[in-house]
Amino acid sequence: MRRALGFGLFVAVAVVTLAFLALPIVGIFAHTSPGKVLDQLSNPVVKDAFIVTLKTSVVAQTTIVLFGTPTAYLLATRRFPGHSLAVTLVELPLVLPPAVAGVGLLAALGRFGLLGSTLRTFGIELPFTQAAVTVAVAYVASPLYIRQAIAVFEATDPHLTAASRTLGAGPVRTFFRVVLPLSRGGLIAGLALSFARGLGEFGATIMFAGSLAKVTQTLPLAIYQEFDVNFNATLAMSAVLVLISAVLLLTLRIGLSWRSSPSTGSPSLLGLSSSR
Amino acid sequence: MAKLTLDRVTVPLRTFELSLSLEVGSTVALVGPSGAGKSTVLNAIAGLVKPAAGRITCNDETWFDAERGVFEPPERRRIGLVFQDYALFPHLTVRKNIEYAKRNSADEYLDRFRIGHLADSVPGSLSGGERQRVALARALARDPEILLLDEPLAALDAHTKIEVRLELQQLLASLEIPTLLVTHDFEDAAALADQVGVIVEGRLRQTGTPADLVARPADPFVASFTGANLLHGERRVTGLGTTGIRLDDGTVVSTADDGEGALVLAVYPWDVTISTTRPGDSAMNVIAGSITAITELGNRARVTVGPLTAEITVDSLRRLGLEPGQQAFASFKATGTRVVASRPSEG
Repeated sequence: MRRALGFGLFVAVAVVTLAFLALPIVGIFAHTSPGKVLDQLSNPVVKDAFIVTLKTSVVAQTTIVLFGTPTAYLLATRRFPGHSLAVTLVELPLVLPPAVAGVGLLAALGRFGLLGSTLRTFGIELPFTQAAVTVAVAYVASPLYIRQAIAVFEATDPHLTAASRTLGAGPVRTFFRVVLPLSRGGLIAGLALSFARGLGEFGATIMFAGSLAKVTQTLPLAIYQEFDVNFNATLAMSAVLVLISAVLLLTLRIGLSWRSSPSTGSPSLLGLSSSR
Repeated sequence: MAKLTLDRVTVPLRTFELSLSLEVGSTVALVGPSGAGKSTVLNAIAGLVKPAAGRITCNDETWFDAERGVFEPPERRRIGLVFQDYALFPHLTVRKNIEYAKRNSADEYLDRFRIGHLADSVPGSLSGGERQRVALARALARDPEILLLDEPLAALDAHTKIEVRLELQQLLASLEIPTLLVTHDFEDAAALADQVGVIVEGRLRQTGTPADLVARPADPFVASFTGANLLHGERRVTGLGTTGIRLDDGTVVSTADDGEGALVLAVYPWDVTISTTRPGDSAMNVIAGSITAITELGNRARVTVGPLTAEITVDSLRRLGLEPGQQAFASFKATGTRVVASRPSEG
């Protein structure tokens, strides 16, 4: 009797929790419809924000993969003085309030920032440009990819890389022919997380890049701006972001269940939440 | 045949230091308990571990020389290393695994190792014995100057093991490059190698032929570790529940185990009794001959008669007044034997 009561309590709590998590999503789709979303997609504000988001995300994520992958491999396979400091540095943007990240980027790369005058001699002025959005997204989202990449590389069987070396392949060929193919699933999962985090980026972007329509106004910034102007546009953009996030989450699951990926369970979903 | 030389190669390990000199010209087995540093020796030769001191040369190439600061990376040393878990690339087919070294076409090796039908399979779907053949084919397709085997039989179940051991024996005999294998099982070492080195805590205690080590162990550890006498013979007759085996010297012995064709029989020294007159007890197997060696170790002694070494107490040695050259009888029960390798006779 008592045991049944205790179990019932667990079920009740779980139902409340799941309902709480589902409610906002249900709310968004209850107030809009596929037709309304499609209508709003021709609204110039929504269209421009969508294009800005897509462009900056693709550039930022490509940069993260190109720079993050070798960095993660080095951190996963080599131990050197300052190793844990380097890992902490990689993870820092994850816990840093996004607004603080924005201030940091301004203080480093802004007009009067650390590297501001150096950049200016090359004719580069970052703040409040589309490049600034890319920089902010890359800074805030990179830990999600790099952390996952380190975990995947660490899980690669060292006998396989050793076998590759004894078969005459140097470290670089071993990386491309053994390590990378075996890590593919995990790396895609990391990229999906990083992409999702980048899409929702708000705080650092508004500080470092501002919210200029057609230039730096991404979907989250447009949602905030349209909030008390055109609520239908806000709902449409939100619905689009929910759908993209769902697709990314699915990609993540598929990536992690890939045959050769480590079976250490799903990675932390920390940072997937809105940046506000 | 090529030659690999290790000259005072030293690798610091967690609780002790590995330090040994070794020459590998034929098939050599390093045998010792787990954690003795056996795999480290292979890793040092392969270049996967950098020793703190010493020299490693293969033919006239120097692979490692601490004094001259020479350290060739693994990909520049022509070795074929077969890992204990085989380390086949799980994302590549058997054919792609063998072609990985990009030296020889896979066909010759698929044929030679009878794995042609597996060419398009991935390693995950193979049995233990098949995996080992793929791993050997892959290692040899690189055209190595030396073959290194890490616990080649440890990953196999007892049944497969007997079969694979014989296969491996034939392969090693046909190879024209030296082989160094490590194992924790003296029987495997004795069955596969001409020379066996016993390694304990990073040091070589003794090297010699397998029969040498059983007959004249240098210390009690080697004595306890170098388990069995190995008798080679051919299956001849079957009695009531026993199998008769004609040994290479013509003697027929009985075993309670069964096997086919060419057989290798293991008999432990402590299961062998020595007497000066032909015994009339329940032991079915009696080998007569003169005593060729007597080695005393504390309160025990190893006495060799013909192909057999017995371990008896020093008390018995004195009581029987045994001397080298003297005629004696070595006897053991059919139940004290084990068939460790067998091969169906061809035709």
